[in-house]
Amino acid sequence: MEAILDKLSHLWPEITMLIGACACLIAGLSSKQVVRKATPGVAMATLVASGVVLLAFGRTDTSHFLGLGAMAAYLKLAVLAMGLLLVFVATGTVDRLKQVVAAEAREGKAFEPGDDFRAEFFAFMLFSLTGVMLTAGASDLVWLFLALELTSLPTYVMVATSRDRDGALAQESAVKYFFLGALSAAVFLYGFTLIYGATGFTEFNQIAAHVQENGASPLMILGVTLSVVGVCFKIAAVPMHFYTADVYQGAATPVTAFLAFVPKAAGMIALIALLGLPLSDVNSETGAIQLPEPLVYLVALIAAVTMTVGNALGLVQTNLKRVLAYSSIAHSGYMLVGILVGPMLARSLMEANPDADTSLSNGTAAVLFYLIAYGLSTVGAFAVLGSLERKDGGEVQSYDDLAGMRLRHPFMAGVLLVSVISLVGLPPLVGFIGKLYLIGSAYAAGTSDAGHAGLYRGLVVLLILNSAMSAGYYLRIVGTAFFGEDKGQTVEAGVPLRRVGGILAALASIALGGYPNAGALAKAAKEAAEPTDRVEPAAEHEDAKERQSAFRLSDPY
Amino acid sequence: MLPEAYTIPFQLIMPAAFALGLLLPFKALGTRKGAWIYSATTSTLSFCFTLYVASQFNWSDPGRLQFVGEIPWVDNWNLGFSYGLDGMSLWLVMLTTFLMPIVVLGSLVEVKGDMRTFHFWLHILEAALIGTFIARDIVFFYVCFEFTLIPLFFLIGIFGHGEKLKAAKVFFYYTFTASLLTMAGILYVAWFNTTLTPDTPGISEVYSSIEFDPIDKPEGMSDQEWAEQEYIGQWTFNIKALWAAGRMMPFEAQILVMLAFLAGFGVKTPLFPFHTWLPLAHTEAPTAGSVDLAGLVLKLGPYGLLRLAIPMLPVAALTLAPYLAALAVIGVIYAALVCWVQKDAKKLVAYSSVSHMGFCILGLFAFDGTKDAGSIGATGAFIYMLSHGLATGGMFLCIGMLYDRFHTREIERMSGLAKIMPAWAVFFCVFAFASVGLPGLNGFIGEFLTMLGTFNSRTVNGTPILGPWFAIPAALGVILAAIYLLYLVGKIVFGPLNLPHWEDTGETGIAGGHDLSYREAMTLTPIAVVCVVIGLFPYPILRSLEPAIQEHTRFVHEEIDRIEAEAAAGAAAALDDSGLNAKSPSRQDAKEGSPEDKQTTMKPALYQTAEIASEEDLALLGIAIPKPNNTEPEKEAN
Repeated sequence: MEAILDKLSHLWPEITMLIGACACLIAGLSSKQVVRKATPGVAMATLVASGVVLLAFGRTDTSHFLGLGAMAAYLKLAVLAMGLLLVFVATGTVDRLKQVVAAEAREGKAFEPGDDFRAEFFAFMLFSLTGVMLTAGASDLVWLFLALELTSLPTYVMVATSRDRDGALAQESAVKYFFLGALSAAVFLYGFTLIYGATGFTEFNQIAAHVQENGASPLMILGVTLSVVGVCFKIAAVPMHFYTADVYQGAATPVTAFLAFVPKAAGMIALIALLGLPLSDVNSETGAIQLPEPLVYLVALIAAVTMTVGNALGLVQTNLKRVLAYSSIAHSGYMLVGILVGPMLARSLMEANPDADTSLSNGTAAVLFYLIAYGLSTVGAFAVLGSLERKDGGEVQSYDDLAGMRLRHPFMAGVLLVSVISLVGLPPLVGFIGKLYLIGSAYAAGTSDAGHAGLYRGLVVLLILNSAMSAGYYLRIVGTAFFGEDKGQTVEAGVPLRRVGGILAALASIALGGYPNAGALAKAAKEAAEPTDRVEPAAEHEDAKERQSAFRLSDPY
Repeated sequence: MLPEAYTIPFQLIMPAAFALGLLLPFKALGTRKGAWIYSATTSTLSFCFTLYVASQFNWSDPGRLQFVGEIPWVDNWNLGFSYGLDGMSLWLVMLTTFLMPIVVLGSLVEVKGDMRTFHFWLHILEAALIGTFIARDIVFFYVCFEFTLIPLFFLIGIFGHGEKLKAAKVFFYYTFTASLLTMAGILYVAWFNTTLTPDTPGISEVYSSIEFDPIDKPEGMSDQEWAEQEYIGQWTFNIKALWAAGRMMPFEAQILVMLAFLAGFGVKTPLFPFHTWLPLAHTEAPTAGSVDLAGLVLKLGPYGLLRLAIPMLPVAALTLAPYLAALAVIGVIYAALVCWVQKDAKKLVAYSSVSHMGFCILGLFAFDGTKDAGSIGATGAFIYMLSHGLATGGMFLCIGMLYDRFHTREIERMSGLAKIMPAWAVFFCVFAFASVGLPGLNGFIGEFLTMLGTFNSRTVNGTPILGPWFAIPAALGVILAAIYLLYLVGKIVFGPLNLPHWEDTGETGIAGGHDLSYREAMTLTPIAVVCVVIGLFPYPILRSLEPAIQEHTRFVHEEIDRIEAEAAAGAAAALDDSGLNAKSPSRQDAKEGSPEDKQTTMKPALYQTAEIASEEDLALLGIAIPKPNNTEPEKEAN
């Protein structure tokens, strides 16, 4: 009982989110129109409240058996902040649907609750964000699986309900997304079972301790491989990236923004946790504990192919949402470099040379930072697309729609410029600092793992070349918006909050990039990712086993 | 007056703040004239402030960084906006702020679109350039270096001519891709620094040879101790700390990082064969953009090489010097030949930049003189940069004025302009002669000194680094420059009067063919005056540049001294042993090897030799050191 209470006490922020989601469900179906219209407000209030609760109670400063230790608090806070931004961008999405308008407009009659999606939309948004927060707190394979699914399932519905019924696009992409999502879930669930089969544990600490004692068996490696490949769906990485462009194009722009950040964040967190499990090989030179050889090459391969495919295909797209979809694939590739070099640092660098300065050397911290950098820039770009619409009411989707927007929408053109330039990684915006971090950590991994130093440097060069390639399509966006001929093709979409969201994102990109003392986020990321003693020493491990034997599933053999 | 530490940030923030001021919702700023007057005033203010900075500058010690300060940025990476100003930076900042009001003055007629946007980006460009020149932190340097792309992208893309969009994109992709590689190199060096420890062999020698600029140094601590404690083994981006780290790197790493630096800086310079972005960008840019590109942005390349690459990677610089100089010479001659056949006057001037910047590279890698004095080549290269900025800027302005009048730049379609535009013709001739390198004008100083430096290039074990074989073809380039520029002047300025017809209306351009207006005369006069003044009195500039440049080339000279000492020690040891003991292969190389083999003895970086050298060798080293110096004096006396 105490254990459960103990666990619960770390979940107050998530519980707040769930309560808020229920409040959204109720508010969205209220008989009073004013209350119904206030649903996004309820969602925002929930996010803020959850943040307050997190700061007040939920901080795990040291490593706790609840998973990623201090990283969890950083991630939860980041998700809440980005969630707030995403609610800004998502306002007005469902209000403006034909069926919702029709359900509202019946003079004198009660409204048609079946056609009003506000409740579901915002509640599901909160559910999905809760899923990411739970992923960040996951300490157990079962928990991780449930949290990942909680992140994804609501998004299927959000995609389906985000656009008018008569256009089949959203439905089509929702179905695609759902089936492929289910497939990927099956893949990583299978991986999880293999991990369990190999070690006999589902709890991360126990698995990690077991692997450290007995080495990573082929079964274990296979299990992690399958899990990683399955999670690649969430982060839209090769080989599970095929859905990305279609789904991003089919969903309404604000939902696309959501898809571009939230599942990706969950996937990255899951990868950090999963690749922390099989740290077994001991580097003969530095004594570093590192990933087994096959996994190093697996993740490196996925990273290399993902960024290259994303950028190469991004170049040939003509639909802006598809361009940004491929850009998001490419950025997953960049982040995977950080994911790969993250575990190298675990303990080793500091043990080898306690005086060494590791502030720029931590790959996991780089990913934590880059996730925010990427999120802000991408959401900013989508907010710009969402804040405009074509004269015929259609979404802004092609390059031509943006042409010459500098003259008609100077402010949003500025936001687009900042976001896109940050995505390119040009200084002094946050994307640049993020790339600096990733590259620095990739070099530093060569210190503790000299055997693969060439591989990591190769990835750096590839990352650089890919950034150059990505400038091709990013610059096309800016070029069209600033140099194109304005034919008056777009008007304001009439949702001022989306503009606010975009401007906030752009300001944050600037403030976290080239502003004096902008290092706060970098510092927070580093402190969050500093290797804690999550992998408990063997002596304590025995106690832990006894203490938690109640949770342990029956022996597999 | 202003506290010393705030001087530089003020100089940097001034143009940026003026740029933001343009966005204020005042009606007057929305009009063409209003924005133009605002911009002319503010850029002049920036220049006045630079003059103030120069007046506060301690001219008796221009080799030291002054006004040093730091604003924290990403604190736990030791990344900060740290800044300082030495003779090199000061002259480049002055060139920047001096050219800005001039291009603003010259841009009233030509700029068609939104004047406010134009001047906004112009001011942002000015801020970025100043930032590059004052940075003491390598990432700060890189940020500003890279950020110049954005204003130029917009200046070319919105306000350019003809294929402006293509020009803007080619310019952006080309330079962006190249400088990303530089970033990889920079981070590699920064990472390498974290792998060093105070016990690494040779590190205290490297640190003792660098003059650091300590901030918040505790009492009773020497600069070196402070720097060692602050930088060794830490993530730091302080340029001087990375000089030390770079010099500790093994040979192969130095070469790779040098290539990464060359990618960024060589493309910017531009070094043949990476110059192909330049003609398009220069030609399609508006006049103001061309002047800024040629006069200022191109300077970032050689400046970066001198500030970062050469002191950080002296062994690589020494090894690659002949190859780079060969490319530079090829560029000088090739671009000059291309100039000769150009039909478009602006394109001709654009290509002439490629040719002229070749001299800069040649001078930078000449490595003449000694550890403590000389470096005539590099000093010449630097003053060449300044003069090229002025002369080519002036030529672009003159051709821009022609374009305003006749809507064409084709050389064939006009001639004899001196008859109706005598004042313009005088200015044009002055700038052309300055470009050619006529004695008495500024171009001559740089050209002469770079050639002199190349001729007197130091020898390493008897083989000159560059020497006459590089100087003679480069001199051919000077002759070619005279040919194509005089050809241009002869065609356009002299001969029978022939004015082009306007393509749009078909009427003759004689209506537009008036001489300079007061505004135009005001634009050109300052540049012409400065060209003459520098040409006649170069000494003050040279004197303030030389110590700073010596500071940056010193490590290469130390490297040469070391190699020669080593070779001499090797020879002496070989003589001592007289074949009785087994000789190490490197000694054999030093004694018997062909000149090519001798190159290999240059290879080991400082710390490797520290490991190799035994006590006996060191003792020999101590005796042998004077030897090469004694054999040199007749050459150095030049």
